[in-house]
This record gives sequence, structure tokens and C-alpha cells, in this order.
Amino acid sequence: MSTFSIDVANTLAGFLVLASFLMLYQVRLPALLNMLGLHAFILAMAVAWQAYAQGAPELYVTALIALVFKAGVIPVALQRMVVRLGIHRELEAVTGIGLTMLAGIGLVALSLEVMLPVTAHADPLTREYIALALSVVLLGLLMMVTRRNAVSQVAAFLSMENGIDLAAAAAQGMPLVVEISIAFSVLIAFLVIGVFLFRIRERFDTVDVRALDEFRGERR
Amino acid sequence: MILVLVCVLALLAAGVAGAVRARVPEGRPIVYGASLGACAVAGLTGLASIGLAPSTLTLPLGLPWIGAHLRLDALSAFFVFVVNLGGAGASLYALGYARHESAPERVLPFYPVFLAALNLVVIADDAFSFLFAWELMSLASWALVVAHHRAAENVRAGYVYLIMAAVSGMALLLAFGLLAGPGGHYDFASMRAAVATPGIAALALVLVLIGTGAKAGLIPLHAWLPLAHPAAPSHVSALMSGVMTKVAVYAFVRIAFDLLGTPPWWAAVLVLAAGGVTAVLGVLYAVMEHDLKRLLANHTVENIGIIFIGLGLAMAFRANGVAAGAALALTAALFHVFNHAVFKSLLFFGAGAVLTATGERDMERLGGLIHRMPGTSFAFLIGCAAISALPPLNGFVSEWLTFQAMLLRPDLPQWGLKVMIPTDGALLALAAALAGACFVKAFGVTFLGRARTQAATAAQEVDRWSLAAMFGFAALCLLAGVLPGALVDLLAPAVRALVGQSMPAQLALPWLSLIPVAAARSSYNGLLIFGFIAASTWLTIMVVHRFASHALRRAPAWDCGFPDARPQTQYTASSFAQPLRRVFGGALFAARETVTVPPPGDIGPARIEKEIHDPIWERMYAPVGNAVWRASGTMNRLQFLTIRRYLAMVFVALVALLLALALWQ
Amino acid sequence: MIGALLVQLAQMALVLLAAPLLTGWVRRVKARLQRRRGPPLLQPYRELYRLIGKEAVIAENASWLFRTAPYLIFALTWVGASLVPTFATGLLFSWTGDLIAIIALLGAARFLLALAGMDIGTSFGGIGASREVMIASFAEPAMLMIVLTLALVAGSTQLSTIAEFMLASASLRVSLALALVAFLIVAIAENGRIPVDNPATHLELTMVHEAMVLEYSGRHLAMIELAASLKLVLSLSAIACIFVPIGLLRGSDGSGGYAIGLAAYAAKLAVAGALLGTFELAIAKMRVFRVPSLLGGALMLGLLATLLLYVARGM
Repeated sequence: MSTFSIDVANTLAGFLVLASFLMLYQVRLPALLNMLGLHAFILAMAVAWQAYAQGAPELYVTALIALVFKAGVIPVALQRMVVRLGIHRELEAVTGIGLTMLAGIGLVALSLEVMLPVTAHADPLTREYIALALSVVLLGLLMMVTRRNAVSQVAAFLSMENGIDLAAAAAQGMPLVVEISIAFSVLIAFLVIGVFLFRIRERFDTVDVRALDEFRGERR
Repeated sequence: MILVLVCVLALLAAGVAGAVRARVPEGRPIVYGASLGACAVAGLTGLASIGLAPSTLTLPLGLPWIGAHLRLDALSAFFVFVVNLGGAGASLYALGYARHESAPERVLPFYPVFLAALNLVVIADDAFSFLFAWELMSLASWALVVAHHRAAENVRAGYVYLIMAAVSGMALLLAFGLLAGPGGHYDFASMRAAVATPGIAALALVLVLIGTGAKAGLIPLHAWLPLAHPAAPSHVSALMSGVMTKVAVYAFVRIAFDLLGTPPWWAAVLVLAAGGVTAVLGVLYAVMEHDLKRLLANHTVENIGIIFIGLGLAMAFRANGVAAGAALALTAALFHVFNHAVFKSLLFFGAGAVLTATGERDMERLGGLIHRMPGTSFAFLIGCAAISALPPLNGFVSEWLTFQAMLLRPDLPQWGLKVMIPTDGALLALAAALAGACFVKAFGVTFLGRARTQAATAAQEVDRWSLAAMFGFAALCLLAGVLPGALVDLLAPAVRALVGQSMPAQLALPWLSLIPVAAARSSYNGLLIFGFIAASTWLTIMVVHRFASHALRRAPAWDCGFPDARPQTQYTASSFAQPLRRVFGGALFAARETVTVPPPGDIGPARIEKEIHDPIWERMYAPVGNAVWRASGTMNRLQFLTIRRYLAMVFVALVALLLALALWQ
Repeated sequence: MIGALLVQLAQMALVLLAAPLLTGWVRRVKARLQRRRGPPLLQPYRELYRLIGKEAVIAENASWLFRTAPYLIFALTWVGASLVPTFATGLLFSWTGDLIAIIALLGAARFLLALAGMDIGTSFGGIGASREVMIASFAEPAMLMIVLTLALVAGSTQLSTIAEFMLASASLRVSLALALVAFLIVAIAENGRIPVDNPATHLELTMVHEAMVLEYSGRHLAMIELAASLKLVLSLSAIACIFVPIGLLRGSDGSGGYAIGLAAYAAKLAVAGALLGTFELAIAKMRVFRVPSLLGGALMLGLLATLLLYVARGM
């Protein structure tokens, strides 16, 4: 494995972390969904590079799935949904973007600090790569925690799943069947969530998940 | 050594003279003149003895079986120099400034004693004389803080100061108790020789950080500082901010670097965290402030943070055995000690001059003073640029050295340091940039624009003594900025004595550059930068005046076609800080703005009200204060018991102690 | 020695002469993209010439600070710009100041400009100064974090050494990618370009830089305008020499490379100017209070890059 391909792989993974930060930073839903598309696109690039670097052709399929579904179909469908819900002009009430991003930086440092010693004897290609993948997952979780809008939570969930994919690509790939089934389960989850969103909106006239808390009586 | 001691005695004598001759008009020149002379001699002695071998002296004073140990080594000598530089400047300034003093009998006796105590702290070589001098310093400065005791806020400031001074003294007392060990060796030489167990050393280090941090103004122990420093007369404010906080830094360096030996790495993380938080919060407090002297005092907190970042870096390198890094970081911290002593004194002198000329400390009631007080405003501008770390002045050099120290060894093994050092880099950069914002506000609102009140319109330039002191310090700012190598070489013996290595000699380098590690790594040449700026400014002016039109016309301000004759429509200090308040204040200070606009048809004024909370005061000091208040209320009942009950209490206490003794064995 | 001095002086003259041209080029690109013909490329020079020839009108209560500030601002920016490698590294005086010093020189220029804005005591001057320092209080720390990142990668804060390192052993690194994104954001903010500030607007509550210089006219305004163009050249040259050091003449090379170095520099500036113009057209001006989160993002990216380098040296 040449240093060059390690550098490229790490840079692509780093770009994925950067895309996660860009998602954390967005407050408008359409911009957020664009970033989600970018996120998945970078993932596809990264997985494709792994396929090339490892000489593992089945990873090209994973990359293709990511490119078509995650970077193409899902963001476009979500965009349409947002327009149909009529929330594409709304600003999301996110408090403390700066603090959230600071927390995100802490998470990246944490995952590097945890993963680098653990993988000390691993393949140099995968060491920092896995650490970055873990930070993408953690950043996705952080975003799910800090957002209130159901659509952005879906986006955060999808970005988290991208992180898992990234890690899987480095670990010589999952079996293709598992990969495809995960992709389809995500798609189904997406459809179910989509249907639910419309039902939620019909009932509460909003997709702010705080409304759900109030319905369950969790607040006050 | 002897010379410094003679100067201290001369200062004490001047204090007595001040007490005797306070009410006669010639008392003032006698006291301040004597202080000026004594400080000049002592400062030069300090400067001359930095490179010499340590000299010690034992006086048969104090506790009979110990005596008073004094020692002048390189570190002490450097601080003697800084203390007396500030002292001499303040005395020179006071020769003119104190003419307006309303209550000289409350200032003159204590001022020289304060200076003497500052000197004694840095040359003390045993715990007893150190603590004696430390408390004398606290008491003398307390007396000066409450000199104008008719204002209720000054009395409150004095009260808070006294409490914090007691906390500080207590923490240091306990720390020395731990360091002295069961043998009770209170002189520093035996403490240095003794090896404390890790637990004891850690506890002592935390206590020292509290004790000296409370004096220096480390957040969250800073609360007294913005109250007390502005309350004193301005030359004393300059001494308290510029010099007394440095003596606290001296105490920390002396104990943490000299007496305690090599610190554990987590201590460095602690100091770095305290320094970083102090730097940013201190400058944010200053940005929100519109009282000129309180702004400067809050800004002292920031600079103390910067110094402690340097000290924390030095500790981190020392804990990992990187002597070159420790030397660089410690040099940066001590360089900033000198810088801050110079420009903070200068700025307080300027604030005092404004106070004398207008009677105002509130910037919202000033403005346009650059026309009335050209000398003061020029010197103040130099101070503002220096404290904002702008080249080619001195503040830039010390912050630059701190950054170089951060970059020196990124491969320290401990994870805490790996995260803390880059974080501190960001905090230091943020603090430096906010300092620039803060001093644009301070200078712009006070000296520029149009006068906002009658008092500001009628201001007069201050006397020559004050101007001489201000211009002297402004020249020092420039000198230390263009010739930083001289100061670095001056610090070398002190640094070498503490961390075993010093920065490479600088003055021998071509063009008087500053090269901390290697030329390929980084270099800075203040002299050439200054030369280039001067040359290109001169060239530009020459070219423009040769080729451009010379016509100049004075006309009313344009202001996009909406000029307003009323000076109240200018940007005020509060409005200038509004963007920053909105960005940082919301989360940190719970800052809120409420705008009330009257409905159409109503001719009442629209109002904007701002509200700021100090989180540290409300969350930390107020609960502790209330708890003490309640506890003392409960204890108060003990005053009204019968004799029989008192006796019963004594009896119970005695039996309980005996029981404890029995169980112990 | 004399030759080296001449090269250094040529660099100083080059940045000065290139500055108005670059401004003209960016304007030209924007005009062409809007299907306007646009002013000629040399228009900024004519404007400077015209301003210098006019009488200077200053407000009645302007102080000495107001009159000297333009020259000092220009000189500080010029000194900063001549320390940046443009066509060659390792010039005679390149060691006098490192990247931190260059940032601080620009900071000093901004300090004076903000003070000059407050000198007359008008509301617009105050608003400009207040916003400028708010933007600077994010942009400067972000820039310093970028410097820390570069210095950790290249082992030096000297711009010449960094450029030579990048030229000799360039490799893809995560931290450098983060630093580049952050640098671009900071450069846009420092130069007052869209979306942070609009250099072509007046009489709007959104203006920052123009509000500060509102009271200037004649030769003083010419100096300020020239300093602003110079700052743009400085930023683009710094980005070019760090991230695209191709064609840069190294100190050790012979004199035959000057032509290549100059041609590469001209090409880089042209491409960067065209990209800047296109970007400015593609994006809308931001609300002033949205700017801190953009620049805060840059600061976070810089911090992240530095942190990555401290935790994992290979990043």
C-alpha cells in the first residue's frame, strides 16, 4: 500500500468529517439536504477509492449504491417532501451552533484518542480512517440530539449511517448481501419515516418534535 | 543586595515622613521624590544583578530561631527591576498627578510602604518573611483602595479585596506548611532541598495556584480586581495592576518552578486551562465595560491569563523533560510580565490624566479628547497598540514567543496536553483579537469623535511630570518591541536557573533578529519591521506630496448626508460593544436587550435596555456569601448564652478532644 | 547582495502595481458574467490618479490621527504584502517577519482604520468600526489557527519555508484540506467581499468597510483604496504560495526561473481573481449577525485541523 493511496483515503475520510461539520452548521433545510447529498457523494468517492486501493471490486457496488441512492434519490425525495410540507423556507431554531461545533470537535478528538491506540497494530490504511469514520458516526448522533425538526433528524440519521459504511469499507468490506440489505432497510426506514412525517404534520401542524413531547406529556 | 535593602528602608522612612508631613504641601514632593529615587536605585541594582551569582543575607529579625532570610538571585533581580520600574514611573507620575489628591494623609503614608512591601516579597527567602511581606503588601494596598472612603463602592471594593487577600494569604500559608514538612524548615533553601511526596506536592501546587491566583486575578478568583484596582488613586491603580499582579506571578514561579521541583503533567493542564479561560473571559468582561479604569482592570485579568498560559506551557515541557521548550515558554511568560507592567502602567496613567482633566471615568461621558490632550492621547494610543499585540511594539513579541513555544513540540505524550495546548492556542488568539476590539473601543470612544459632555469639552492637558512618565513608558513599549533580543538575553540567567536551559543568545545575531529555535523555523525582526514601516510611510508621504494635490478643505462631516449636530448621536461604548455582546454575551453573560417602541401616535421615547449578568459572581460568590451570612446568623446565638452553658461547652469540647486522643491511639 | 536587494525591491513594486490591476480584473469578470461590458481593466489606476489630483475635504473636527492614518494603513499593508512570496521564495528580507507577523501587520492596519472611522464622531463611522472589530475578532483567531496548522505540517511559521516545504514534499493531508477551507473563508472576510461585506455598496445598513472610510476623500481615499487592493493581492498570494506553490522560484535556483515564476504568479492571480468574481456573483450577501457563525465555523475548522495534528501526526 503506497503512502499516496493512504493519504488520499485519509483525505477523503477527512472531507466526510468536514461534510458532517457543514451539516451541523446549516440551519436551512434545503441547504442541509444539499449537504447530505454532498456527504453521500464524498462517501461514494471514499468507498470507491478503497475499492481501488484494496483491489476489492465488490466495494465498487457499495460505492454505486451510495452514489445512486444516498447521494441521488434520497436527498431529492427529501427535498420534495420538504417543499410539500411547506417548511423549505423555515429557519430551524438551533441554539448555539458554535457550542455544538465545539462539542463536535471534542468528539473528533475523543474518537481519535480512543481509536488510535486500539488500532496501533492494524493496517496503516485503516488506522486513522476508522477513527475518522467513528467521528462521522458520533457527529451524526450529536446532530440527532441537537436538532428538533424531524426532517433534519432523518438527515442526521442518514449521515450516521454513512459513517458506518465508511468504517465497513475500510474493514475489507461487509459481505455484499449485508450491504444491499442495509441499503434497502435504510430506504424502507426512509419511506416509513416519510409517511410518518406527513401523519405527524396532519395531526400537529408541525414537524417540530417538541410537539410530540408535549403530546406525551413529557414537558411540564 | 544591600543596596536594595537600603532602598526598602528608605521607602519605609518615606512612609513615616508621609505620615508626619501629610498635611503640609511639601509632603507630597518629599514622599514621591524619595520614592522615585529609591525605586530608581533599587531598579538599577536589580537590573545589574540579574547576571550575577545569588547573594544571600540573614537578618536577626522576625522569629528568633529563624531570622529573616533574604536572597537576590536572577529571578528576584528581574522582578526587583520590574517592580521598581513600575514604582519609579508611578512616583514620577504622582509628582504631578497627586497635586489634585483630596485626602493626601490617606495616601502618602501607605504608598512608600506598599512599594517597600512589593520589594520585600521578591527578595524574601523564607516562608515567614515572605508571608509577612505578602500581608504587608495586601494591607498597604487595601489602605490605598479605601483612601477615598466616602464613596460607598470604594468601601465595598475594599471589603471584597480584604476577603480575597485573606483567602490568598491562607492558601499560601497552608502551602508553605505542607512544603516545610514535619521538620518545620521554613527557609526556602531547605524547601528546595527537600523532596516532597507526590501527594503533598500536588496539594501544595493547587494551594499555590489558589493563593497566587487570587492575588493575580485568575478566574474565578478575579472578582475583587476590577473593583479594587480602579478605586485607588490612579498611580496606585497602575502599581496594583502593573506590579502587584506581577509579584503574584513571581510567587507562583518561585514556588512552582523553584521550590517544588518538576511538576506532574496534569498540573500543567490545570494551569493551561486556568490561563486560557482567564484570558478570554477577562477580555470579554473588559469589552462589556464602559468605565475606563474598570476596563483596564478587567484587561489585567486577560494579561494574567496570557502569562499563565506561558507558565503552563513551561510546566508541560518541564514535566516531559523538554528543557528547550520550557525555556522558550518561560521566557515568553516573563517577557509578558515586563510588557504588561509597562503598558498597563502607561494606560492607567492615561486614565488618571483623563480623570484629572475631566473628572470622569465613564467613557460614555467623554470623547474628542485628542484635540484637548494631544500628549496624553498619543501616549495612550501607543499603550493601546502595544497591549493589542500590534507590531512593532512589545506586546506582539511576547505573544509571538508564546505561539512559538506551542509549536515547538506537538508530540507530548499525554492526551490532556495534546488537547489543551491547541485549545489554548485558539483561546490565546481569540483573546488577542478581542483585546484589539476592546482598545479600539477604549481609545475611540474616549479620545476620538466629539465631546459628549461639558466636562470633556473643557478638558486641559495634564502637567509635565505626568506626561514625562507616560512618554517614558511609551518609549519603553517601542524599545522592547524593536529590540526584543536584549530583553530575552536579560532574562536568560533567570530562566536558566529555573529550568536548566535558556533560549539561545539573541543580541549576537545579525540584524538583531529574534530567533527562538532556528532561522528556518521562525524569526522576527522588530527593528527591521519598524524600519520598513517608517521608511514606506515616509516614502508614501513624500510621493503623495510630490505628485498629489495639496489642496485641503475643512467642511462639515458628510455622514452619508445625515449629519447630526448633537454629539449624543455618536456611537457610544455600549453601542460599539453591541455586536460582540450579542455574539458572546448571550451564552456567557445572559445578556439581553429589550427594545420598547411606543405605538404610532405616542410621542414618548423609544427605549433600548441592556441587561448583563456576571455568571461567576452570581453562581459562585453570591451563594458562598449568603451561606456565610446565614452561618454567622446562626452562630450569633452563641453570644447570648448563660455562663453555665458556656462552661458546659468548654467542658464538652475538652472531653471530646480527650476522647479523640484516646481513640487515636 | 545588490542583486538580492533588487529582487526584493522588484517584489515590493510588483505587488503595488498588480494590486489595482487585480481589482480591475475581478470587476471585469463580474461584469462579463452579468453580460455587461464593464469598466476597462485599467480603470482602478485612473481612479487612483483622479483621486490623487483632487482636493481633500475633511471634516471640521478631524484630528491628526485621521490625516496620518491612511499613509500608515497603506505602509503597514505594503510591508505585509512584500513579506509574502509571490514569484520566488527566500527573498533578501523574507526572514524579517513570519506569517504571524504578517497577520499582525494587517491587524495593525485594521486597528488604525477602525480608529479613523471613529475620529469624526458620526454614526456611520461608529457602525463600521464596531462591525469591523467584531468580524476581526473571529477572523484573526481563525487565521492564527490556520498558521498553527501550517506550522505543524511544515515545521516553520516562515512563509518562504512553508512554500518550499509544500513545493518539495506536498502530500494530501486532512488538516491541510481543513486549513484551506478555513483560509478561504477568512480571506473573504478579511477583504470585505461578498457574502461578508460588499465593496460596491453605499447607503446601506449592511456596509462595514465602506462605512469606516465614508469621510475620506482625495489623496487620503486613494491611499485607503490602494491599501484595500493590496490586501486582496496579499491574501491571494498567500493562498497561492501555500496551497498552489507550482512554478514558485526557490531561493537556491538560478536566475533563469524568474520568467517562469512571474508567469506562474500572473496565471495564479488571474485564476484566483476569476474564481473570486464568480463566487461573489453566485452567492448573496449575508446578514451581519450571520457572519460570526460563518467565521466561527472557520475558527472551528482551524482548531480541528490543529487538534488533528496534535493527536495524530500523520493527518
